[in-house]
Amino acid sequence: MEESVLEVRDITKQFPGVLANDHVNLQLHKGEILALLGENGAGKSTLMNIVYGLYHPDSGEIYLNGECVTVSSPRDAIARGVGMVHQHFQLVEPMTVTENIILGSEVMRNAVLLNIDAARQQVDDLSREYGLEVDPDAIIEDLPVGVQQRVEIIKALYRHAKILILDEPTAVLTPQEIEDLFRVMRRLVEQGHSIIFITHKLKEVLAVAHRIVVMRNGGVVGEALPAESTEGSLASMMVGREVILKVPKGAAHPGEPVLDVSSLEVTDARGTKVVNNVSFQVRAGEILGVAGVQGNGQTELVEALTGLTRIGGGRITLGGQDLSGGTPRAFTEQGSGHIPENRHRYGMVAPYPISENLVLNQYYKAPFARGWGIRDYPAIDKHAQRLVELFDVRTPGVSTAGGSLSGGNQQKMVVARELGRQLSLLVAAQPTRGVDVGSIEFIHSQIVKQRDAGVAVLLVSAELDEIMALSDRIIVMYKGAIIGEVNAAEATREQLGLLMAGVHPTA
Amino acid sequence: MTQTHSLQKKNSRTGRTALWVGGSAVVFFLIAILVNQTPLKETSLRLFFGRSALNFTLRAAVPLILGALSGILCERSGIVNIGIEGMMLAGAFGAFVVKVATTALPLPLSLFLATLAALAIGGAMAFILAVLSIRYKVNQIISGTVIITLAAGLTTYLFNPDWVSKGKFSNITIPLLVKIPVIGEVLFNNGLLTYLTLLLVVVTQIMLFRSRWGLRTRAIGEHPRAADTMGINVNRMRYINTVIGGMLAGLAGAFLVLEAVGQFKEGMTAGRGFISLAAMIFGNWTPVGAFGAALLFGYTQALQNEFLLAGVTAVPRHFISMLPYVVTIVVVAGFVGRSRPPAAEGQVYESEM
Repeated sequence: MEESVLEVRDITKQFPGVLANDHVNLQLHKGEILALLGENGAGKSTLMNIVYGLYHPDSGEIYLNGECVTVSSPRDAIARGVGMVHQHFQLVEPMTVTENIILGSEVMRNAVLLNIDAARQQVDDLSREYGLEVDPDAIIEDLPVGVQQRVEIIKALYRHAKILILDEPTAVLTPQEIEDLFRVMRRLVEQGHSIIFITHKLKEVLAVAHRIVVMRNGGVVGEALPAESTEGSLASMMVGREVILKVPKGAAHPGEPVLDVSSLEVTDARGTKVVNNVSFQVRAGEILGVAGVQGNGQTELVEALTGLTRIGGGRITLGGQDLSGGTPRAFTEQGSGHIPENRHRYGMVAPYPISENLVLNQYYKAPFARGWGIRDYPAIDKHAQRLVELFDVRTPGVSTAGGSLSGGNQQKMVVARELGRQLSLLVAAQPTRGVDVGSIEFIHSQIVKQRDAGVAVLLVSAELDEIMALSDRIIVMYKGAIIGEVNAAEATREQLGLLMAGVHPTA
Repeated sequence: MTQTHSLQKKNSRTGRTALWVGGSAVVFFLIAILVNQTPLKETSLRLFFGRSALNFTLRAAVPLILGALSGILCERSGIVNIGIEGMMLAGAFGAFVVKVATTALPLPLSLFLATLAALAIGGAMAFILAVLSIRYKVNQIISGTVIITLAAGLTTYLFNPDWVSKGKFSNITIPLLVKIPVIGEVLFNNGLLTYLTLLLVVVTQIMLFRSRWGLRTRAIGEHPRAADTMGINVNRMRYINTVIGGMLAGLAGAFLVLEAVGQFKEGMTAGRGFISLAAMIFGNWTPVGAFGAALLFGYTQALQNEFLLAGVTAVPRHFISMLPYVVTIVVVAGFVGRSRPPAAEGQVYESEM
């Protein structure tokens, strides 16, 4: 019988309006990597936050090494040997690696002063012992996210964590960094640690987990071993029905160039060139994918191409018209649609009803405006009714506040607004971020449909699978510049991963 | 590879700034020594580099330094302290009242008690700020303004112009060091509170960057949630830091009454609390940086003073009087975008636990 280091029994947690955890049972064995698989909102993170003391369960028990415990706070969890690496790192950006690691459990020279040298030595030892390479004196904000994540892991190990919870750790990593992380995870369990790995990515689960527990709608729906599972079987368990993982997509029939970008430059507030001499074209009827690790200029590129940021140089031509330095409305008027990466900031007004959210790009024109600043609300509602049905936005009605929809439906609302009119260009940034599998399927098929209707599509995504599934051509951004272009039909994950990491094909 | 590269770039940038600042300071003092020690002293350069200008600079800078340190302690922990002006004024008044009330006691004891009073009152005002900002989640700019208004109103209401304070901190000459030409005469012939201020700059700098308290303070001002999950009581630290900050602002008030002027006047802080904030920003929230900035602002006040005393008439005196404020505005306007405030400054922190 395997030794269980962590067991949760019958955990229930109710949030206003949502039953996040419904009588959940789970066991973690010593020295195993347990994958906790489920869609966004399935209750994985809630369960782990309960184990880590961030939430208190309404009912149920937690056993650590066979002993029933109450975990009242993260400090409590840490003291009991449980460490958690959150999806959003808990690191103080302008401080050094060492300072971040010792924060709260400092190595002291005397009652007042820190012993930074001794602390640095400890960090160095840990990093060597577990193969977590990191410079103890580096400032966090100068480090790539992959290294920041290592710092988080060392932080937990420094506090003698034996159980590690990793919440969606691969979301921000390149394929090579993911490999590195898996190597570290295997080494950790060899040395007697146990790991819970929260994810919704099927490939990764099959690659690294010893055992898989699947959650849906707040409950555990099944358990599987990687050797006996396929991506398809896991996806069906996760969603509760058959899922089409591959987007059905015919050959592209590219036409004339619609978007022409030449020598584009964007400079940030600190004076760094975040988009550096970028040139490309997108033709009617093709999807150009922009791959890259987050933070390599994709966000700024999209902002430049939608008029949301000032460009530092270069030209943007859309449908033959020079729009360099144009306002967002100039782009919209020229037939450009934009699915923003951050829908809460740029995609919707949360307290507005769905009907108003759906006319944010056209409210000032007929048939929605009647002159003198008066809106035609019946027309707006009718428009909303049509889009809600067409784009399968699940809502009680069009007067419901946009912000009260689930993530997937919010995104479908944004997609409906942008695709609900005649477009010549679609700029889709992270179009399925934080969206459930069912909605992903739908949004992907809508993007392909636009392509087939002759729209030029620029797809920016940090999800390599998404880029590879949808694109006809792929460019890779690294440090603000285009480091390479590949034909999507011939692209491999390895090839793209190397480009994303800045390894030039000729080097 | 790329990481170390960017790190080096960063280090060399700060290195260059330090070199620049240090270099100009050295040049400045060389000129000052030349002007004071050679026949040059009869020229108009005396206005800029004369001993009296330098002395005045330090005297004008002391309250600004203390005010800036006060701001640093609060803001590094995430509390915006716009009420320094009020804490300074209240501290000055407190020092004055206790000084007048203890006239019968020996002068050193009376001064000591008056200084304690200033610390206590500054700390109490800061505690009000902290309670409003942390406990009642009032916007911190508003709670700071409350402090300023409260101090201005109360001190005016309670002040009795018949009260007269006798005696103040006299200069203590430090033997040997004072013999260093120019620099020694400026730095080592001062009152106790001036020495204390210089010491506090060094102590705060070390504490902020080398001690456990400093590490935690910086962490809660940048990313309180990260600190909280590591077992640090964010709001308790914010209370403590704000109160210590208020005591420093109170000490600045004590300096004005007990060492510089010797009396209390209504509104005697005259915007020094705000210029302190400018010095804090210009100094990028570091004690040594703020010290440099406060010296610069002090120097502009000294120039104003020297020009007026020398009866310079080429420029109308009103423009000369504007000098310190104009320089403050120009410097802050130029630097505000470039310096970097603590990320969580002004934000209420609520633990989810």
